[in-house]
Amino acid sequence: MADTMATAQPSPPVIKTNVEFAVPSAGSGAVAIEIRDANLWYGSNQALFDISMDIAEKQVTAFIGPSGCGKSTLLRCLNRMNDLIDNVRVTGTFKAMGREIYAPSTDVIEVRRKIGMVFQKSNPLPKSIYENVVYGLRIAGIRDKATLDEACERSLRGAALWDEVKDRLDQSGLGLSGGQMQRLCIARAIAIEPEIILMDEPCSALDPIATLKVEELIYELKSAYTIVIVTHNLQQAARVSDKTAFFWLGRLVEYSQTADLFTNPKQKHTEDYITGRFG
Amino acid sequence: MQSWRDTVRRGDPLIWFTGSALGISLLMIAGMILLILVNGLGFFWPRPLERVTLSDGTVLQGEVVNREAIPKPGTPEHLQHHRIQMKTGNRDVTGVDFRWVEEAEIASRERPADLVFVERREYGALIGRLTQLVRGEEVVATGSTATWAALQPLIDRAARDRDAIRRIERDELGGINYRIERERLALRRLDLRPATGGAGDAASRAAIDARVAALQAQYQEAEARLTALVEQAGATRVTVEAAGGETKDIATVDIFRAYPANELSWAGRLGVYASRIWEFVSGEPRESNTEGGIFPAIFGTVMMVMLMSILAVPFGVITALYLREYARQGLLVRTVRIAVNNLAGVPSIVFGVFGLGFFVYLVGGSIDRVFFAERLPTPTFGTGGILWASLTLGLLTIPVVIVAAEEALAAVPRSMREASLATGATKFQTILRVVLPAAAPGILTGLILAMARGAGEVAPLMITGVVKLAPDLPLDGYAPFVHLERKFMHLGFHIYDVGFQSPNVEAAKPMVYATSILLLAIVVLLNLTAIVVRNRLRRKYQASAF
Repeated sequence: MADTMATAQPSPPVIKTNVEFAVPSAGSGAVAIEIRDANLWYGSNQALFDISMDIAEKQVTAFIGPSGCGKSTLLRCLNRMNDLIDNVRVTGTFKAMGREIYAPSTDVIEVRRKIGMVFQKSNPLPKSIYENVVYGLRIAGIRDKATLDEACERSLRGAALWDEVKDRLDQSGLGLSGGQMQRLCIARAIAIEPEIILMDEPCSALDPIATLKVEELIYELKSAYTIVIVTHNLQQAARVSDKTAFFWLGRLVEYSQTADLFTNPKQKHTEDYITGRFG
Repeated sequence: MQSWRDTVRRGDPLIWFTGSALGISLLMIAGMILLILVNGLGFFWPRPLERVTLSDGTVLQGEVVNREAIPKPGTPEHLQHHRIQMKTGNRDVTGVDFRWVEEAEIASRERPADLVFVERREYGALIGRLTQLVRGEEVVATGSTATWAALQPLIDRAARDRDAIRRIERDELGGINYRIERERLALRRLDLRPATGGAGDAASRAAIDARVAALQAQYQEAEARLTALVEQAGATRVTVEAAGGETKDIATVDIFRAYPANELSWAGRLGVYASRIWEFVSGEPRESNTEGGIFPAIFGTVMMVMLMSILAVPFGVITALYLREYARQGLLVRTVRIAVNNLAGVPSIVFGVFGLGFFVYLVGGSIDRVFFAERLPTPTFGTGGILWASLTLGLLTIPVVIVAAEEALAAVPRSMREASLATGATKFQTILRVVLPAAAPGILTGLILAMARGAGEVAPLMITGVVKLAPDLPLDGYAPFVHLERKFMHLGFHIYDVGFQSPNVEAAKPMVYATSILLLAIVVLLNLTAIVVRNRLRRKYQASAF
């Protein structure tokens, strides 16, 4: 890892593009997340280099790039999930809805409540379907049965799972199929009504049909939520996202409208990657 | 040669080797359990009674309990002849109750129908022929058959009479004693209090005296009733003729069980067998623990294990939580972990010594001085008791719980914690609602290991509260109902005591096996309960992988 870094660093276009695409305004709409000069180290290994970008509100932004390029790491910075890992150091500013995510005065619980997350491997809790969905609400101290019922139905409908599970809400969430479990996790994420949903390769463990369902869901959720999705699947990025950011070796190489990036990449690295020459 | 090499390369010898290792272990365990079962359960079976006449004219009566070849090393007769061991009973008549007889000396062996096996309160079994039954001065029946017929209903009555006597002794007299003792302590408290000298003081002393006098009157009344009852119950007496023609007169109220061993049908034998096992499990010990039941020991063992679990498991789990979830993983935590693991290997007697010095003398002694000053110099908590024994065993088993709980916590998948944290849960909420429930099966495994270790431990108990005979259970009808300061009986100690400290080794031997069966059964039962609970939890949290 350190060796590749060392060889990569002198590569001129990478450093240049970083400056060139430093703050892509990337079209219309308000800015949901603002990232400036983000650097991140795992111990002494630097994983992110000077990343600056704006993520637009109520749009789907896709992070693509080869394994180990830092896209998941950046995603996990946005709701401070990296706090759970020892020896992580982050510099730069991250602002969501105008509020500083890493400020000492910021309540990390509040950040995670506003910025939900769906993980690569679906991770339902060992509880009933109902309890899985309302988990975040119970954590927040809501006990009123009617409120919980209402939130459960709304979230499951939102995650396109209601019709499949409405008769067995009291059964274990672990008894669902892979695709259903991932949608259950999405339902759990939207139950607490976040403003932003982060998805870390949500379809990588799903079969094509389940993937299609989740993609349709992402498309529908876009009207209400800002979505950031990390994916290895370039077709998926092309299908679901409005904007795409290409990362390589911890740097943001190119960031633009999805259609532009895939049809008319400006960087050689981007072109090589999306045409399958590496990665 | 080539094929042998192939065999080795495929690993076949290893399979045989490991397979036979397992087989040998299983065989040894099965053999041990079989030995204990046969020796323990066979003891309760009513054997036929034999009358053996020796060539010198001596007559012996009793059960043949053993037969072995006589070792005479170096002579051609080595292991050629046999001898039998007879349980002749009648210890109070002949002085011994077991005899070895060489078969060569036996002139005749027979099984007379009129021999009766009598279990009584004192001196072990009485074996002989019934001759007569008297009530007061009046002879009710004479002759073997008539006496047996008259005796049978009296044995049932004897059980009822004993219960009635016990009720008066324990409940009524015991209760009155308990209240008199309370008054005495109240008086002592008044003495210890700095003298106020007022009229109130004198008045309360007078009130106490009055109450004691009333209680004493009650005591005398109950005692009079007791004497009458004992007299009435002891009025019927039966005479038994022993092998040598000596007669023994015994009050029917002292007879626990009697049966004509050679007349019994199979159903009759089964009945005796069942009633003996029931007495063993539910009764109290007699004859310095070599007869009767071991219920107090069963109760003490179970209660101590439960107390120990209640004390050790929460403490261990909390410790493991801190070590695994909160403490910064570094040199200190590694050291602590090593220390905990080593603690699990400390010999149990060392824990016992610590328990005696710390819990009993220091903590218990302080409690006595502060709260029970009026009872001194009689110690209350400042002596061995079930609480201190449980705490000592808890200390002994905590390392096991900590290690198991830590492993269980570490096995909770990271994704599950992230799921909770990503919905805005704090670390505390995540631990409480997700991590602990998911780790519960593993924690229960720790509980099972701890219980298995704790239930089998004897050495530390011997100096922290176990006794040979504890007439009062640590749980009873007198406030505060749970008497944690009381000494108690324990099956493991019972085995040691009966087997090695008993004055009558031959009589005690079967009790050792029977008690071992019970100890094994209780450990298995406690473990099974925990395993059932664990499996139920595991099904619920099937995602957690242990």
